[in-house]
Amino acid sequence: MHNIRLTLRLLKSKTMYVLAALSALIAIIPLILIFYHTLSLGISALNWDFFTKLPKPVGETGGGLANAIVGTLILIGLGSTVGVPVGIGAGIYLAEFGNNKFASAVRFLADVLNGVPSIVTGVVAYSLLVLPMKRFSAYAGGIALGILMIPVITRTTEEMLKMVPQSYREAALALGIPRWKTTIRIVLRTALGGIITGIMLSVARAAGETAPLLFTSLNNRFWHTRLDQPIASLTVFIYNYGVSPFDDWIAQAWGGAFVLIAIIFVLSIIVRMSTQRRFQEN
Amino acid sequence: MEELLEQEKVKIITREPKLHVPKKPEHPMNFKIIARDVKAYFGNTLALNGISLSIPKNSVVSIIGPSGCGKSTFLRSINRMHETVPGARMTGEILLDGQNIYLMDAVRVRRRIGMVFQKPNPFPTMSIYDNVAAGLKLNGIRSRARLDEVVEKSLRRAALWDEVKDVIDKGGMSISGGQQQRLCIARTLAVNPEVILMDEPASALDPISTAKIEELIHELKHDYTIVIVTHNMQQAARVSDYTAFFYLGELVEYDQTTRLFTAPSKKQTEEYITGRFG
Repeated sequence: MHNIRLTLRLLKSKTMYVLAALSALIAIIPLILIFYHTLSLGISALNWDFFTKLPKPVGETGGGLANAIVGTLILIGLGSTVGVPVGIGAGIYLAEFGNNKFASAVRFLADVLNGVPSIVTGVVAYSLLVLPMKRFSAYAGGIALGILMIPVITRTTEEMLKMVPQSYREAALALGIPRWKTTIRIVLRTALGGIITGIMLSVARAAGETAPLLFTSLNNRFWHTRLDQPIASLTVFIYNYGVSPFDDWIAQAWGGAFVLIAIIFVLSIIVRMSTQRRFQEN
Repeated sequence: MEELLEQEKVKIITREPKLHVPKKPEHPMNFKIIARDVKAYFGNTLALNGISLSIPKNSVVSIIGPSGCGKSTFLRSINRMHETVPGARMTGEILLDGQNIYLMDAVRVRRRIGMVFQKPNPFPTMSIYDNVAAGLKLNGIRSRARLDEVVEKSLRRAALWDEVKDVIDKGGMSISGGQQQRLCIARTLAVNPEVILMDEPASALDPISTAKIEELIHELKHDYTIVIVTHNMQQAARVSDYTAFFYLGELVEYDQTTRLFTAPSKKQTEEYITGRFG
């Protein structure tokens, strides 16, 4: 144990461990900061009314963002209705049948689509949906968000399916199970955890979008009655209230930001728990 | 000079008539599987060069040979798994009870010809019960009573029932490797195939588990026709009635196991089984 080399090596090993642990800690600090910051600045606005009442007109204090909370959930729902099936379907195609030029092209274009600024998607949705329909609507907003979700879900689904060992596919096929059932009931099921993570990432991203919504679902200070009308969303409210000159609006913007993060957080936990794999691989 | 003579000999062997049948006279109807001039390719690489081989009903046939000799490829072409590999294709014909399986629907073929793989591969998201029931469930059988019956019967046949009956709702990966492999055999038995193909089923297992699998093969022979690929020549000698020796994509010799291991007719076979090459 008097070996200097050994001491040095152990020291190096310790240093590397500490560095890695430190990085892990630093990685989660921003989230803690965001939680703390939004909560401390928005706490004054967070009361029962905030979750149950409509926004008050300029000059009146109080009121809440109930319509925006519901609106955001609806927009996420609409977006997922578009993005999840298309994304998973495309991911399955790329992973299971993607050994051709068309698939390579799709793969590349999905990456490009992923890089398209969301405001551009918003403008396109505006000209293709809002203008012909002659109105801003929740549908347009949902579709714009869905388009943003597709490439993320496609690529994560593909990656996760590719990680499923070939031996499970072979085992299922050798039992006389048709290919499509093998893909859905065995392969997709095995990769579900990772795919859910991808979906939640894209949901979180969509929930946090403001720019495309300004062009599509716009905003609404009242309860929406139909989905082909403008609809309120937390992000647009945060944007509007955050730049306003009124202290109570700014506080509500912070409160809205906190609620938005909390929604994503809770949604992630619920989805994760409800789809947790029954058996862990050993 | 001697080397040249050796090469010439190999050529002569490969030029021999292709239909190798066991010496024991068998009625053709007793052949469960007949392969005729099977050539298999991966892209442009020839992996099997014209294999003709007949497998008698209710017998165990083992295929031996060095790595890369095409034995697994041959096994996988019997239940049409070969074609699931991208770029893989084959020519020739394989008859199951006299019918060409390449003119049948691949899914139907695989229901009649089951397969056990080298590495135990229970479905990780399913319980032991669901693993055994998977083939039936995914083919539309829902009756709980029927499933219960088949699961128990299959696990008993695979000599696993007593070990897992109390943990049957635990994950398929929660049991030992040897148990997992027997679970995979039970899963294969559950869909009631006529032929079972085994691709080195015991090579990832310890000697005790291996012995259990071998015992099982003896038991199963009465109801099924079994083709087993193995690297272990003692295993081939222990479990099989007939043995085929493959080398470089060719069938070198095919005979009753006792004869092939005691008095091989080809020099290559003798050199391989005595460990002088391969």
